[in-house]
Order: sequence, then structure tokens, then C-alpha cells
Amino acid sequence: MQQSDTNNMNNSGNVSSEEMLTRNSASLELRGVCRGFGDEWEREEIIKDFSLSIAPGELTVLVGPSGCGKSTLVNLLAGYDIPDTGQILLNEKPVTGPGNDRMVVFQETALMPWLTAYQNVVFGPKVRKDIPARELNEKADYLFEKVGLVEFKDKYPLQLSGGMQRRAELARAMINDPLVMIMDEPFRGLDAMSRELMQEFFVRLFEENRRTNIFVTSEIDEAIFLADKLIILTNRPTAVRKIIDIKLTRPRNLDVLSSTEAYGYKREAMELLHEEALKVFKRSAAVANSQEVQ
Amino acid sequence: MSDAVQNERISSVPKKKSKLEKMLTNKSFWRGVMALIGFVIFWEVCSQSKVWFGVQVPWIGKVPPPSEVIAAWQKIIYYTGYWESWYLSTGRVFAGFIIAMIIGIPFGLMLAVNRYFREIFFPPFEILRPIPPLAWVPASIVFWPTTEMSIAFVTFLGAFFTIVINVLGGARSIDIQYLRAAQSMGASQWDLFWKVILPGTLPSIWTGAAVGMGITWEVVLASEMISGGGQQGGGGLGFFIWSSYMGGTVAQVIVGMISIGIAGYLSSSLIRFLGVISMPWRRLF
Repeated sequence: MQQSDTNNMNNSGNVSSEEMLTRNSASLELRGVCRGFGDEWEREEIIKDFSLSIAPGELTVLVGPSGCGKSTLVNLLAGYDIPDTGQILLNEKPVTGPGNDRMVVFQETALMPWLTAYQNVVFGPKVRKDIPARELNEKADYLFEKVGLVEFKDKYPLQLSGGMQRRAELARAMINDPLVMIMDEPFRGLDAMSRELMQEFFVRLFEENRRTNIFVTSEIDEAIFLADKLIILTNRPTAVRKIIDIKLTRPRNLDVLSSTEAYGYKREAMELLHEEALKVFKRSAAVANSQEVQ
Repeated sequence: MSDAVQNERISSVPKKKSKLEKMLTNKSFWRGVMALIGFVIFWEVCSQSKVWFGVQVPWIGKVPPPSEVIAAWQKIIYYTGYWESWYLSTGRVFAGFIIAMIIGIPFGLMLAVNRYFREIFFPPFEILRPIPPLAWVPASIVFWPTTEMSIAFVTFLGAFFTIVINVLGGARSIDIQYLRAAQSMGASQWDLFWKVILPGTLPSIWTGAAVGMGITWEVVLASEMISGGGQQGGGGLGFFIWSSYMGGTVAQVIVGMISIGIAGYLSSSLIRFLGVISMPWRRLF
């Protein structure tokens, strides 16, 4: 399988338009990141001592119980929020704010409803004025072809189906050539069918470009299907519970999920997640008990 | 053979209807027309009940019937004063309204995006806002040199507060993800304002404008009645109603009322139209 992987790379190397998407990937490291909210007495640590290092060209999937602080983590990585203590390093340089080296694909679509799909996609380069108009056009056309939305270029987001919106959003992120893609439960809210299609589409895209990717999800099957590394998170305060190396072969298709290896990963992950969920359950039960006593 | 196929295809394509044709074949349109006709008949019958059946229907029996109103209207059409009133009131409404838009939209946006601006200007704004525009009439007659200016000022107030509140609310409820996405893509503060906040607020701007327009008509009429119409020909529709009432011609009062209804309807149609053309993404379905 290793061989087919390299083959793939060589093939794509021959396609000239493929070079438009530079394969510059970056390493990302979190060092003892802490973030809490609230004042003094009511202060709650959402993320505590979070350390993780992500190698270039790796697809890292974060899975955790719902409400565990995954979105807070995404905000920190994207630079919308700053850690209380600790550091986030992108290619060894600390992250201090939002930037086009990290692109976020949001939970529900963040395509701007007042712009057409095309205008949305070219938004970034247009405001930065860093790509000449002709090149930008070509690049956008190429991406629209890639995500299969050529006929929908001039439609407004509301005219697109959920799956199309996500694909347009992927194109919008990719045109900025980020070093890292951050996906915050991007396929949430899609119906099962389009979700599977999007997963397969996304995996193909990733395998072509090998761009460092952080993918947050609460769907365990999705996580195993996509991941190079699967990070199981603890409940609040969020930290890394376990890192599982997913050694399924690439390129992948959804059949891989019915293999025994995948099943093994799934059982392991489920057990850990179950434990974490149980902790919250016990905690809230304890709180309820103490309130009853009062 | 291909000719025949093509011919068939052409004939099977439904003919494109013109806008007028669409309207005339639309059931909802005719339901609306029937409702209006039904209403007029009901009104006529009730008003004439004393004459026709010998029993007066309470309240509505005292109102002049539509036939009488139309007769009064036919007479009035030839008075320049009536048309001058239309002209005057419309002018006052739009003067106040447009100034309210010009000042209100930037003011509301500034309140939304700038914390210091909000902290300084929002408290006085909130204290002045609950004062009904009509309560400003006496004061503005005193303050402004001409009646015309005081009427324009009061109309302005009517629309201003509504527009500002809508713009502020609209701008503050823009999904933060749009702003974040734009920031990630390298948008400057300037870009955020012009390319995200402003288009994101547009729906609220037009809502505020539509409501503001309605209030403006209310206010202009009332202030014309109170101020005596400003000594100009006709004096405005509000003054027209008032003087008809003073002169005891009730049918003419109703002519004035219906005129205002039509004027208000036309102005809000205009606002709706402007809203539709300025927000193409909102007319998709």
C-alpha cells in the first residue's frame, strides 16, 4: 500500500494544475495549553494542560464527549482566542491571532449568504490582494471543478444543498493555501448519505494534498475512517486521554470500516469515551444528590 | 423527422406568461380583489341601512357610504389644494425619512461596532427613544424657525429611532462565524465593516425602513393637524382631513383617510422594492 501511496504522489505531480495547491504542510504543537472561563469563584477550566504535537501532513482527529471543549480548542488553534497559559506553535512559531495560514471549516456553514459561491471562494485572496486577478480566476475555476460545483458557481449559499455548501467551504479554505486545515465537526447536520459522500470526498482530497489537518468530530466511525492519529479527549477539563495510531491503509474507502482492525480501534475508542462520559454522569449525579440532601 | 420532433418539442414547452398575465390568472390576486369589493358592498349596505331597511346599524350606520365618498372625491379631484396636500405630505414624509436613514444607519452601525461610541451615545439615545414623536411637536414648534422645519423634524424622529434600533440589533446579531471566517482569511477592520457587517445588516436596515416609513406617515399627519398645515397651499393631507372635519364634510374626511392609505401603501411598496433589489440573495425562492 505504501507503494500505491507514492505512485499517487507521482501521478499528481504530473498534473500542472495540481501544483496550484502547494503541498506545504506544517507541524503544529500545543504545549501545556490552559483555558478557563468565568471569574474567580465560578471559574471553570475548560482546557487544562493540553499538550499534543502534530507532524506535518498528518490527519489528526480529535474525538471527545459532547460539550467537552472541542470548540474552545478550535478557537485557540485558529487564534480567535488566546490561551491563559501555554503555547500553540505553528512551525515552531507561536500563534498570536487569526491568520490565513490556518483555515477553519466551521460546524454549520459559514459561507456568507450575501455572496455567491464564487464570491465566497475568492473572498480571502480578494481582501488580501495577494493573487493577481487572472491567476485567481484560474485557481478558483480549478477548485470549483475539484469540488464538483462548476455549475453552481453563481448560486447563493442558500440555493445549495448541505453537502454542496460544505464543498464550497472546502474550496474557500483551500484557495488560501493554508498550512493547516482545522475542521470543526464540518459534516454535522448532513444526512447520513451526504455525510458518507463528504467523508469519502474529503479523504480523497486529503490523500492528494497531505495538508496537515485537524479534524474535530463526535462520530467515532468518521474519526476512524479519516484519521492517521486518533486523539481521545477527556471530559472537562479537556486534555489528551489517549493517542491511537490508526494504521489502516491509504487510500481509504468506506469499506475499510468493516475490517477487523477498524473494529478493534472502534472498541478501544468506545471504551475510553464511555469511561469519560460516565465520569460526567457520576459527577452530575453526585451534584443532584448533594442538592437533594440540602 | 427531426423537424417534426422539434416542432412537437416547441409546442409542448409552456408559453412564457407576462407579468400581467400571471397576475390575472392568479387566484390569490382575485381573492384580494373580491375581498375589497365585498368590503365596499358591506360598507355601502350598512351605511344605507337607515334608508333601505329603516334600521340604522350602530356605528357604521353613521359613516357616509362609499357612493357618497366617491362623489366627494370626484369633486375634490379638481381642487389643486387636494393635490398640493398630497405633494406636501409626501415631501415631508420623504424629507424626514431620508434624513433619518442618512443619520440613523451610520449611527446604528457605529453603536454596534464601537464600544466607546455605544457607551457614550446609547444611554441618552435610550432615554429619548421612548418619548413619542408627537410629544415633540410643541417643543419643535418652539425651537425651529419655520413650521415646515418643525414638521420635518418630528417626522425625522418618528423614523430615526426605529431605524437605529433595527440597525443596531441586526448588526449585533450577525453570526460571529462570518466575522471569524473573514478574519482568518485576512480581512481588515475596514473589510469586516464593509464586506461582512454592512451586508449582514441590510435585512434589518430594510425592516427598520419599512416600519419607520409607517411611523413617518402617522407622525406627519398628526403634526400637520396640530400645527395647522404650515400656511402653504393645501396644508398637507393631515390638515386636509382636519379642515374637512371642521367644515363638517364627513365624506371628505374619509377621502382624506383613503388617500393616506394609498400613499402609505405606495411608500411601503417602494421600500419593499428597494429591499428586494438591494438583496438579491433574499429573492431566491
